[in-house]
Amino acid sequence: MRIVLEPRAAPRRLMRVAAPLIALLATVLASVPILLALGLNPLSTLKIFFVEPLNSPNGLSEWLLKASPLVLIALGLAVGFRANVWNIGAEGMFTVGAICAGWLALHFGAGGHAWLLPAMMLAGALGGMAWAAIPAFLRTCANTSEILVSLMLNYVAALILSYLVNGPMQDPEGLNYPQTSVFAPSAMFAPLIAGLRINVSIWVTLGAVFAAWLFLERSFVGFQMSVSGAAPGAARYAGFRQGRMIWLSLLISGAAAGVAGMMEAAGPLGQLTPVISPGYGFAAIIVAFVGRLSPLGILFGGLLLSLLYLGGEAVQMSLNVPASLARSFQGMLLFFLLAADVLIWHRVRLKRA
Amino acid sequence: MAGGRHAGADEGLTPRLELKGVSKRYAGTLANDNVSLCIGHGRIHAVLGENGAGKSTLMKIIGGALQADSGEMLWQGEPVKMASPAAARRLGIGMVHQHFSLFETVTVAENIAVALDEEFDLTALAGKIRELGGRYGLHVEPHRLLHHLSVGERQRVEILRALLQDPKLLILDEPTSVLAPQAATRLFGVLRMLAAAGCSILYVTHKLDEVRELCDSATILRQGRVVALADPKQVDSAGLARLMVGAALPAVRRTGCSREPIARLRAVALSTRPPDAFATALRDISLEVCGGEIVGIAGVSGNGQSELASALSGETTGRADAVLFDGEPVGHLTVAARRARGLACVPEERLGRGAVARMPLTDNTLLTAHAMGLIRGGLIRRARVGALARSIIERFGIKCAGSSAPAQSLSGGNLQKFIVGREVSLSPRVLIASQPTWGVDVAAAAYLRQSLIDLSRSGAALLVFSEELDELLEICDRIAVIHQGRLSAAKPCTGAHLEHIGLAMAGIGPAFQSAA
Repeated sequence: MRIVLEPRAAPRRLMRVAAPLIALLATVLASVPILLALGLNPLSTLKIFFVEPLNSPNGLSEWLLKASPLVLIALGLAVGFRANVWNIGAEGMFTVGAICAGWLALHFGAGGHAWLLPAMMLAGALGGMAWAAIPAFLRTCANTSEILVSLMLNYVAALILSYLVNGPMQDPEGLNYPQTSVFAPSAMFAPLIAGLRINVSIWVTLGAVFAAWLFLERSFVGFQMSVSGAAPGAARYAGFRQGRMIWLSLLISGAAAGVAGMMEAAGPLGQLTPVISPGYGFAAIIVAFVGRLSPLGILFGGLLLSLLYLGGEAVQMSLNVPASLARSFQGMLLFFLLAADVLIWHRVRLKRA
Repeated sequence: MAGGRHAGADEGLTPRLELKGVSKRYAGTLANDNVSLCIGHGRIHAVLGENGAGKSTLMKIIGGALQADSGEMLWQGEPVKMASPAAARRLGIGMVHQHFSLFETVTVAENIAVALDEEFDLTALAGKIRELGGRYGLHVEPHRLLHHLSVGERQRVEILRALLQDPKLLILDEPTSVLAPQAATRLFGVLRMLAAAGCSILYVTHKLDEVRELCDSATILRQGRVVALADPKQVDSAGLARLMVGAALPAVRRTGCSREPIARLRAVALSTRPPDAFATALRDISLEVCGGEIVGIAGVSGNGQSELASALSGETTGRADAVLFDGEPVGHLTVAARRARGLACVPEERLGRGAVARMPLTDNTLLTAHAMGLIRGGLIRRARVGALARSIIERFGIKCAGSSAPAQSLSGGNLQKFIVGREVSLSPRVLIASQPTWGVDVAAAAYLRQSLIDLSRSGAALLVFSEELDELLEICDRIAVIHQGRLSAAKPCTGAHLEHIGLAMAGIGPAFQSAA
């Protein structure tokens, strides 16, 4: 007996939508033995993981607050992924965006200018784009792999941030803690609801969902990017320029990640510290795939991954379980999703050898 | 394997292979319906039918790639179950596929080595490949990477691979579609030699002349059924055609050519440096195509056709004045810029180049037709794209599950019709078409040829690359021959002698002395 994968001519549309749900179900099922091995009651643990974080207004606020950067970064990544440009450096672009915005906040915060937040957002976008320009340049001019270059630049960005908060940008009155001063109120987003951390930046993310939908599903440039990802030969034949697609996709994902970094710095953080991202740049890759590289899907994917973060924290606090449980959930989710995708495009046949 | 073709006294008693009532159903359609077939030792038996008649399915069943739903298969009188291609190979069934099953990223010798059940000795194998290639006129450099080979060369690899396994039954699926006439004649010689040595040959084709020239008997399939078992020496081509198509063959109408005086597409001393050691360099090619005419480029594939098509379409750019549109230099311009000036193109490969496999036909329409008012303010006008896609589907009679069907769900012939239809619908000033009817059934091919003629008669300049000389003679006003990167002068088709062109395709004869 031999297992053969045969390509399907036309996969069912429903299945493409259902795949993330199937993957989620499989993740939950696969977590049961893991939880049992940890000596936990699977049912109550899963309840703490998936339900309890959303039981309070504060929980809901944190949920949306964490989903926002994930969604924004994933939107940018999806643009590139459709064009077969594998940017896994969103973490670094996020960091550089936060640094650039933070520099503005620290220099002009005292003035109380109304233009400061928009300027910080622009600085975040430009910073992310500048960081993304490095793999784009190297890929188009030297044919390097954007995967490796963007990945390694994550560590470079993290080290730059670490240097800055330990040196040039360190808070002079911070008792030598590696952090910047707290941003002035004019350099921070106002809370949407008093007492909760959720702020107006979620509207930016929602706007980005619409913009990404327009770009990916309706614009000709977005179509060209999808073609150059799905069939580079067809893109050349039709006269779509490969280099332009690489630049565009990296710059767009860099801008999105940079703005996400800015919104994190000007929102929940309010200052720069050596570690400003709990792995958003990587989790957003999962979000992009869970969301089928489609903007609306990414919105749901971001909410799901955000819940995994909160659930991980919740079980850590109430059950004293390592927070890496959330990471393994993330990993399983992506794994099962990719497996489900294979089954959408292929059917499994048993063949007698 | 002693004895000639008619020496085996028992050949009538125990045929090499016999099929009895074989049926195969695919998702609702009967691809093979109760098919029976019998091939004797050393016989050349034709399986004749249009595309979609069920020939390929039948060959896959015999070759072990597919299992029949019902029916019986006898190998030298013994019932067999062909569970896999490997099992079929062990019995001695060799297969030359129409759609090649070769690995792109490795060399010719390695491709052949993986199919052989013997020790992996590439040097020795390379020698054998050269020797066998020399004997049968199937020259391929064993150490070339497969993805550098043209369609015709790949087929040679397939044939060589089958021959190296010393088969008792050799199946050839449309083998001459990519060969020059002389090479086809040589191949027939090879096949006759093999048959004389006792090897049975199953020859799958839709070309009637070949069947009459080569085959001892013919099974004619239509819509999955055997409609006749004919003796090709007794029935004439028209009779075979009627059996195959179920009606008389559609004829292509060609009106007189009203060629414009000024060349719309010109190549002037066009030369290219090859991207690697094995690709063909174009050498000093000059060519003129005027509005209102069709110029054909004949030649065995791998002689620079794809390089010339790329240089003209803009996929490779070079010296500005090497390519001229309406007298203006465009040699340095990109595909997009040349398309904006009215160029359209039908590429040799359909999936992955002419169309994006996973995308629906609507998106595949947008691929090159975007300048037809399908974009406004950077946004796609979906309704217009859908309307244009549907009009192409309707006008060219494309069988598909609607305009949202992915390109990969169409049969090869239908996808080819779609791509040609799309490019013709652009009303191009210049159309470059490579192998426009490759693998398309007889009726559809005639329709596509007619579309090309009509397009040229409406004033467009057409350049058609084809290895089917009959096709070029049918539609072209002038024909040039490409050989090892050099192009002969285009000669008017009227009076063009088939043999003369054939010799030029082999690089012999006066054509290249007169080349510019």
